[in-house]
Amino acid sequence: MTTSGTRAEYWAANLRLLFGCLVVWFIVSYVLGIWFAGALNSISIGGYQLGFWFAQQGSMYTFVVLIFFYASRMSKLDRQFDVHED
Amino acid sequence: MELKTLTFIVVGFTFALYIGIAIWSKAKATGEFYVAGRGVHPVLNGMATAADWMSAASFISMAGLIAFLGYDASVYLMGWTGGYVLLAMLLAPYLRKFGKFTVPEFIGDRYYSQTARIVAVICLIVASITYVIGQMKGIGVAFSRFMEVDYATGLFTGMGIVFIYAVLGGMKGITYTQIAQYVVLIFAYTVPAIFISLQLTGNPIPQLGLGSTMSDGTYMLDKLDSTVAALGFAEYTDKKGTSLNMTLLTLSLMIGTAGLPHVIVRFFTVPKVRDARASAGWALVFIAILYTTAPAVGAMARLNLTTTIQPGEIGSPTGNLVYAERPAWFQNWEKTGLLAFEDKNGDGRIQYYDEKGMGDKAAQFGWAGNEMTKVDRDIMVLANPEIAGLPNWVIALVAAGGIAAALSTAAGLLLAISSAVSHDLLKGVFAKDISEKNELLAARIAMGGAIVVAGYLGLHPPGFAAQVVALAFGLAASSLFPALMMGIFNKRMNKTGAVIGMLVGLGTTLVYIFWFKGWLFIPGTEMAANKPENWLFGIQPESFGAVGAALNFAVAWVISKVTAAPPEHIQHLVEDVRVPRGASTAAEH
Repeated sequence: MTTSGTRAEYWAANLRLLFGCLVVWFIVSYVLGIWFAGALNSISIGGYQLGFWFAQQGSMYTFVVLIFFYASRMSKLDRQFDVHED
Repeated sequence: MELKTLTFIVVGFTFALYIGIAIWSKAKATGEFYVAGRGVHPVLNGMATAADWMSAASFISMAGLIAFLGYDASVYLMGWTGGYVLLAMLLAPYLRKFGKFTVPEFIGDRYYSQTARIVAVICLIVASITYVIGQMKGIGVAFSRFMEVDYATGLFTGMGIVFIYAVLGGMKGITYTQIAQYVVLIFAYTVPAIFISLQLTGNPIPQLGLGSTMSDGTYMLDKLDSTVAALGFAEYTDKKGTSLNMTLLTLSLMIGTAGLPHVIVRFFTVPKVRDARASAGWALVFIAILYTTAPAVGAMARLNLTTTIQPGEIGSPTGNLVYAERPAWFQNWEKTGLLAFEDKNGDGRIQYYDEKGMGDKAAQFGWAGNEMTKVDRDIMVLANPEIAGLPNWVIALVAAGGIAAALSTAAGLLLAISSAVSHDLLKGVFAKDISEKNELLAARIAMGGAIVVAGYLGLHPPGFAAQVVALAFGLAASSLFPALMMGIFNKRMNKTGAVIGMLVGLGTTLVYIFWFKGWLFIPGTEMAANKPENWLFGIQPESFGAVGAALNFAVAWVISKVTAAPPEHIQHLVEDVRVPRGASTAAEH
């Protein structure tokens, strides 16, 4: 059984991780994919203009990586704070 | 073999598969009917979620939307995928830990209020019913176009199939058929895309092909930009809308996605809390396979269409396609009325251009107006295999894929509706001491009833069917998502705050949409014309869900500050959903 103190710490650690992930989520879609897409379009990778690439490809790849990163870090946190299942 | 016969064989085979799965996975208890006994492997649940999520619109319409909107269609790509990040981090694991059967059940328990639960049920039913009409239409259309049976027969066949596996198997039957449907639809989507990418760029991976060069050495996207611009259309990769609207629409779609009950409930089916997190990742992997292919399909289809009609130099008398020599697919789609041509300048050739963008130049060329009087966006995916000259079995596969996409989404929505009726309304409010056996029977009857209602609406679609997306996402974004998120992240949030917040979010969003689109979408009842000058701060109605959600959060927070804190046991409940340990497992409940 864990004390409520460590549960509060677990929750705080989760919120920090969550915040970091959502900052990345926000940057790839809104900042790079929409607000600065026009400016980034002056840079090209292959035939893709960079802003366009973030909006139609890059943001989605980043989302996938983000979720798995979050899931694996949370599994570690679950164990570290002894709140994991089984 | 003839295309029609082949299509019947392929579609018939997929139907036999779905029915076989239904018989194998008959639900024996309410836990199996509502949440598949919580025994679904996270990867398989991801696959089922992807099929559940990707509707007839994703399969048939999205690439066409991208083809004609270009860069601006990015809002749909980002909006409908980014929501999974929110789902994985803000909702799914905690709601799985809560361990009940439905989304309104969480809202009712967390806010210790039947009112809250009933408000949530109403949001769920309105969002899901409006959404399911589109799926029913998709089934009818796919049947009538590919198999030349009439719309109603197609619709009844589709309803019959869903009836068998959804009534028999509930969530369990739906889950395993959705897995099969995912395989069918992703195969049907990617095979033509791979061939078209190969033909245009020599690269078999569409996601890379889109950024590659064509046989003449120019980059595909550059070529597309210059080709459409020369015909007066806006450049493909340029931004046409405002950043504010793109931002708000993306955000509305993201939080709407995360708040749609039929998606959330899929994460109740996995065995563990940590499975719910990973499963959201897998769902997005399977979704992204289609969603990252769609931009390539859209751009390549647009280029193919444009260069087919304008093979030669623009303005030269022989630069345009001779109508009598148009390809077979062109003729086929003319028959359906989705492509239409009118020889305005009487030269026997087709001119396809943007009249405004072309200006006076068109008259100098002897052009008398855009002659492609109708180019339906849905053609882009459906005609793709024909445009690329692929064999008939690929076309048959696309038909089966379109039907699979519509069936899988319809089934997920119908389950959300029927469990809200049998579990939230019947068991939760009207007949609390109903036995499990009777509840299971009620759930089956509710499912049958939901299918009949959906079928009726598919047969007689109300005028607002086209506006469904804005409404369903607006509702989920402005009412359900904030209530769910605050229920987990704000321990102090109480009944009064949550209920008033939901009503404010819902009310403002509905009023804003109806203000510009007519009350209940009845034409002529608009309060103001739906154009940018009239919009509040230039915000289009489709984008308003995010504003409604913000109002919901703000109002709920202020009210919860000035009213009594929730009771002790509710605060314990919140603490409990925040940690994984102690989640109910497969056999419990």
